[in-house]
Amino acid sequence: MIGQDILVVGGGLAGLAAALQCDPKLKTAVVSKVHPLRSHSVAAQGGINAALGNNPKGRDDTWERHAFDTIKGSDYLADQDVALLMCQKAVPTIYELENLGVPFSRFPGGVIAQRPFGGAGFPRTCYAADRTGLVILHALFDQSIKKQVTYFNEWLVVKLVVRDGRCLGVIGYEAATGQIFPIKARAVIFATGGYGRVYSRTTNAYINHGSGIGIAYRAGIPLKDMEFVQFHPTSLYDKNILITEGARGEGGFLINKMGKRFMADYAPSAMELAPRDIVARAIQTEIDKGNGFENEYVHLDLRHLGEEKIKKRLPAIREICINFAGIDPVENPIPIQPAQHYSMGGIDVNERCASIVEGFFAAGECSCVSVHGSNRLGGNSLLETVVFGKIAGEESSQYVKGNEDYPNTEKILLDEALKVKQEIDGWSKKDTGIKVHILLNRIKDIMSEKVGIFRNQKDLEEALGKIGELREDYNRVYISGNCLRFSQELINIVEFASMLDLAEVITLSALNREETRGSHFRLDFQERNDKDWLKHTLAYLKDGKPELHYKEVDISRYKPEARKY
Amino acid sequence: MEYTFKILRYDPLNDEHPRFQEYPYSTEEAKSILEALMDIRNEQDCTLSFRYSCREAICGSCAMVINGSFDLACRTMVESLKSILITIEPLPNLEIQKDLVVDMEPFWDALQKIEPFINPREEMLEKGSRIEEKEMEKIEQFISCIMCGSCYSACPVVTRDNRYLGPSALAKLYRLVKDPRDMRPFSRWSRVNTEGGAWGCDTIFKCNEVCPKDVRPADGIEALRRKLIAGKIKRLFRLKK
Repeated sequence: MIGQDILVVGGGLAGLAAALQCDPKLKTAVVSKVHPLRSHSVAAQGGINAALGNNPKGRDDTWERHAFDTIKGSDYLADQDVALLMCQKAVPTIYELENLGVPFSRFPGGVIAQRPFGGAGFPRTCYAADRTGLVILHALFDQSIKKQVTYFNEWLVVKLVVRDGRCLGVIGYEAATGQIFPIKARAVIFATGGYGRVYSRTTNAYINHGSGIGIAYRAGIPLKDMEFVQFHPTSLYDKNILITEGARGEGGFLINKMGKRFMADYAPSAMELAPRDIVARAIQTEIDKGNGFENEYVHLDLRHLGEEKIKKRLPAIREICINFAGIDPVENPIPIQPAQHYSMGGIDVNERCASIVEGFFAAGECSCVSVHGSNRLGGNSLLETVVFGKIAGEESSQYVKGNEDYPNTEKILLDEALKVKQEIDGWSKKDTGIKVHILLNRIKDIMSEKVGIFRNQKDLEEALGKIGELREDYNRVYISGNCLRFSQELINIVEFASMLDLAEVITLSALNREETRGSHFRLDFQERNDKDWLKHTLAYLKDGKPELHYKEVDISRYKPEARKY
Repeated sequence: MEYTFKILRYDPLNDEHPRFQEYPYSTEEAKSILEALMDIRNEQDCTLSFRYSCREAICGSCAMVINGSFDLACRTMVESLKSILITIEPLPNLEIQKDLVVDMEPFWDALQKIEPFINPREEMLEKGSRIEEKEMEKIEQFISCIMCGSCYSACPVVTRDNRYLGPSALAKLYRLVKDPRDMRPFSRWSRVNTEGGAWGCDTIFKCNEVCPKDVRPADGIEALRRKLIAGKIKRLFRLKK
């Protein structure tokens, strides 16, 4: 049986940062459902935040101000101690990346360039034009070659095995052979990313089904703050490809069909650079009022920035617009609409990335520490992946050194693998039933229509009902193809179980939270209610159903106040 | 519009030879080749295998040969091909694992061979290096590489000589040695002073032609050659003195 001291699941930024930080004396491997460079981190565009103070307008910036902006941006649901920790580590983290060869854009004098981003008091977003995720992911992957990290690529983890509150390993599907294998591991780090594809309109990659989060949930680990779903204000109309916040950071305008910079009505002082929840709601409100174009989108106008700046600072955006919309932002405004982008919630972990299950850690978007609270600021997700990926690597190494093997681990893992195998055989043996892509389309429509930017009790209850119907139909799913090698159908069927759980937890958590906070906007409860709701949601799986509990938020540093921009 | 997709199918474990299979495909929307492949898989044949991830031309998963041209399936629009017959083949120069999925290992091995990481100074700089933007501009085009493997697959030298590292890895090496932060000694990287390395290139520039990200790997290879010669001359001169 394959056995590791530490198994990192996910080859994006958090996973690679974790693997690189694991004690080199330990046997560490990364298992990823795609080659690491195909991970969704590669699509991050605009940048990564750190209070370097390199921008002439950001000389007075400090990591405490960064933390304050993060906390205010979170609508005070972030745990302040961990937000402070992340922002303090931000500055050395950027310099470490720089030393590893990340080709950051530069200011005259050769220092790392920084641009303004939404919800930030100073321009503190470091960037490499508009392909920041690409360059950091490639740099960390290159480091993993240097450190000879072991990879199991194109392996999908389908189950996390836990006994007596201890993590024993995982069960994986190897695409190249179509086989199911157990992997024994003394510690497991999930860095499996978000669930964007639970929604029909999303900026996320096709692979982002969020199954890692669902697998952890089914292994008994609670999910935290899942009702907080970030909708990015600016995705390319129809295709929903991300158009970076950096486009507004560089000075882009949002314009409705009357030609008005409508953000003046919503965030008169921050304008286009208000936090994402506010800008996304403003755009959707304009569209709903009939002020959009074709009732579908508004314009992101970059033309006044000039050809040189667009080509220099936003070349990938220009390429996306030309490739996927047939327009050149140098000459035409970009049609944009909000789309699901990021999950603030995730696997409940503490400041050490540790969960309630011993030996199980999580970092990056799949986790919820919580540094983003109810709304994440742009430029903080790349930062989170690297900072907490490293912490997960360190903490899991510490854990492994102090622990003995659990008795009969191999037998338990083999039994679990057999169960998975039997389940797959069950899907294969059926000749008829429902094909999984039909279920995938239905769940996306439900979530986009009923659990979107604006929510209310009726829609959320209806969504729960429809998710229940989908669960029934999932029992009739079958594998129509006769080959299990490189079978996307099998992968989709396995991951759909998680998507159902996530959809249910997101919706139920949203239904219960009778207030408006950050990204969670309730039309029937439009005010923030600190007295009753300044608390984290925790969803546990109990007897096949989610059970909601709540826990305190750390507000030890800054007193919650009204959020104005 | 009604199209016919002619897709190369091959399962080396079960099939003696690769074969083309035809699928009718009808759409009124502006679909990409990737979206069309997904529709065909979902609706007609779930055993059809191909790679994909980001659908926005940045992850490098879905390079293939579409009507004879190398491109990313996600950024190629069906209607842009101006043909109702669309032939899809996997990347050549690499073994087929299944259908359009090829074994990328030789490509990754080549990358590993050039030691694709910065060799930093002994001491990490607490505040990082100061590098002027014009220094970064010299390596900028190579940073756009998404490792999709198109150049490696299209390269005629790779076809005939499996020692050849290929355009992508060599261009990456140039990007690294040109980076002011990279301290690797000449003796270390000049190991590419071989037919399997920088001198393998035939200079017919197929790599530049097929790159979906407008990188010109051959520029990097040529620059490596110049740097190799300059380095050798420098060393010779030093020896004579």
